[in-house]
Amino acid sequence: MRYLGIEPKRPKIAVVDFTCCEGCELQLANKEETLGPFLGALQVVNFREVSSEKREDYEIALIEGAVSRADETDRLRRIRKQAKVVVAFGSCACYGGVHRMKNAYSLAAANREVYGDKPKDTDLVRPVKEIIPVDLEIPGCPVNKEEVERIVQHLVMEVPYNFPVYPVCVECKQRFTVCRYDLGELCLGPITRAGCGAPCPAGGLGCWGCRGPDADPNYEEFIASAKKRGFGEREIKERMSFFGGFEGVVP
Amino acid sequence: MLFKTLAKSEFQKLVEAILATNEVIGPKQVGSRVDGRPIHQYLPITSFAELDLGYETTELSAKTYFLPFQETLSSFRFGESDWEQQIRYRIQPRAIIGLHACDINALLKLDRVFERDNFPSPYYISRRRNTFIVGIDHMPGERCFCRSVGADVVTHGFDLFLTEIVGDRYVVAIDSDRGFNTLNLVKSEALTEEDTQEYVAARKRIAAGFKTKVDADNLPNLLDLEFDSPVWKQWGNKCLSCGSCAMSCPTCYCYGVSEKVSMDFSEGQKEKKLHSCNLVDFALVAGGHNFRPNRQSRLKYRYYHQHRGFVEAYDQPKCVGCNRCGHVCLAGINPPDVISDLQVEERQ
Repeated sequence: MRYLGIEPKRPKIAVVDFTCCEGCELQLANKEETLGPFLGALQVVNFREVSSEKREDYEIALIEGAVSRADETDRLRRIRKQAKVVVAFGSCACYGGVHRMKNAYSLAAANREVYGDKPKDTDLVRPVKEIIPVDLEIPGCPVNKEEVERIVQHLVMEVPYNFPVYPVCVECKQRFTVCRYDLGELCLGPITRAGCGAPCPAGGLGCWGCRGPDADPNYEEFIASAKKRGFGEREIKERMSFFGGFEGVVP
Repeated sequence: MLFKTLAKSEFQKLVEAILATNEVIGPKQVGSRVDGRPIHQYLPITSFAELDLGYETTELSAKTYFLPFQETLSSFRFGESDWEQQIRYRIQPRAIIGLHACDINALLKLDRVFERDNFPSPYYISRRRNTFIVGIDHMPGERCFCRSVGADVVTHGFDLFLTEIVGDRYVVAIDSDRGFNTLNLVKSEALTEEDTQEYVAARKRIAAGFKTKVDADNLPNLLDLEFDSPVWKQWGNKCLSCGSCAMSCPTCYCYGVSEKVSMDFSEGQKEKKLHSCNLVDFALVAGGHNFRPNRQSRLKYRYYHQHRGFVEAYDQPKCVGCNRCGHVCLAGINPPDVISDLQVEERQ
């Protein structure tokens, strides 16, 4: 399989998971029409959803999930030492994800709520980049496999990739989706990075911001226009806190 | 131009005849706003009953049927030592029923851009030539200001154009031989003296019905004088840089081209995607420099293209006064208010 006369590199890759639901990994194993070539472009040495190989000689590490335990921190540092390229994929790895909500409570209270009288070792939920340097990020809950494919093509053949930096509104308009605000609903589309193809608003759900902020979000005007339409500070704040992508900018 | 009269019942038969052999696009109600007002879009229809010709406006223009938001310009297949290119711009014939005058004027403006002598676009021309257009007059909506930019009357660029008159009838303007032949599929009548008077009266009612007016007088020069106006900062600070204005605009045609390779590296595609001058990376160039790094400059240049740059190139504004951009903007940025602020600024 040559491309423009060049032999592919077929780099060794590991796909590893931390605190998450493994839904993004499942996305990698999905999309059957390109699954063969996708796996063929790589040497999978560690990816428990598609292979029984368990080697540690990988060059690329795709990391799903946030970090929420001390042993996860150690494991992440070992991965950084081994891998030449670290890719955080999914909203949990990029922003902390849904479980970042835990950080709003005391660890003891959160532990009690979930595990009752059998507490577990637990820590604050943090995205990968807060522990180790990350080379590439692919946000989304779950990730868009197309974007993962583009990243892999980039790593394998140095094909340039070009992800949208603008907000979701563009993609809603392009698929004739009626604006959720016209229907009286809250939507984070105007401040959230596009690239997902805006499936949620088209399916009847305003955007929850899983892909985090676009390159130039106008928070002040966004919050003002949401409030003008009757949405309360608390509702906006809750929505923006959901996936952790807007950490630090939530009013 | 030829004129005939057509009973509404005959018009229904005409649409049904077109439906029998063509894909037909028309204004369709797709929902209702919180305040109860209907939401319309130009979408494919399969029966006359789906058409809502009394619509005020649509969320998005019909631009996408001529300039798709995303379009494959060419495909490549890579061999061991060579590659093959395939270009396809043949499309199936299509009809759009119920376009308003402003939207047909918008197509005439796009014709100027994409059908010019140098580098005409075969992709655009193929769609334009293969689209049968039936326009219709309407009483202006609350926020229509097409009359202020000379786009409320249309004299060409369509096949048939309807103006409602008494007796459940239309006056039909015929602007093409295929329009003439298609109209012959049903029963139409020659205009009587009374019909002509009715038509003139109907046009006068429409002209008098505009509630929103924009003072576009001397606007290209005014824009140059107000290049550093605080008005740009005031409105620019509100801009969400979401591109909804350009996406809904019937004449915004800016685009980007990128390449995509299949996962097995055996095929590639050159893809064109419509972009917007309000998006943050619109003027980002190789090396990382961004010519329009802030919202106010991006918004300003959008107005410059609409009301100054396009005038310089084509002797007419690019804006047709449909106000879809103002309608779709969550931050409430709209041409009547922005231009009015500029005019006020100039008088002070």
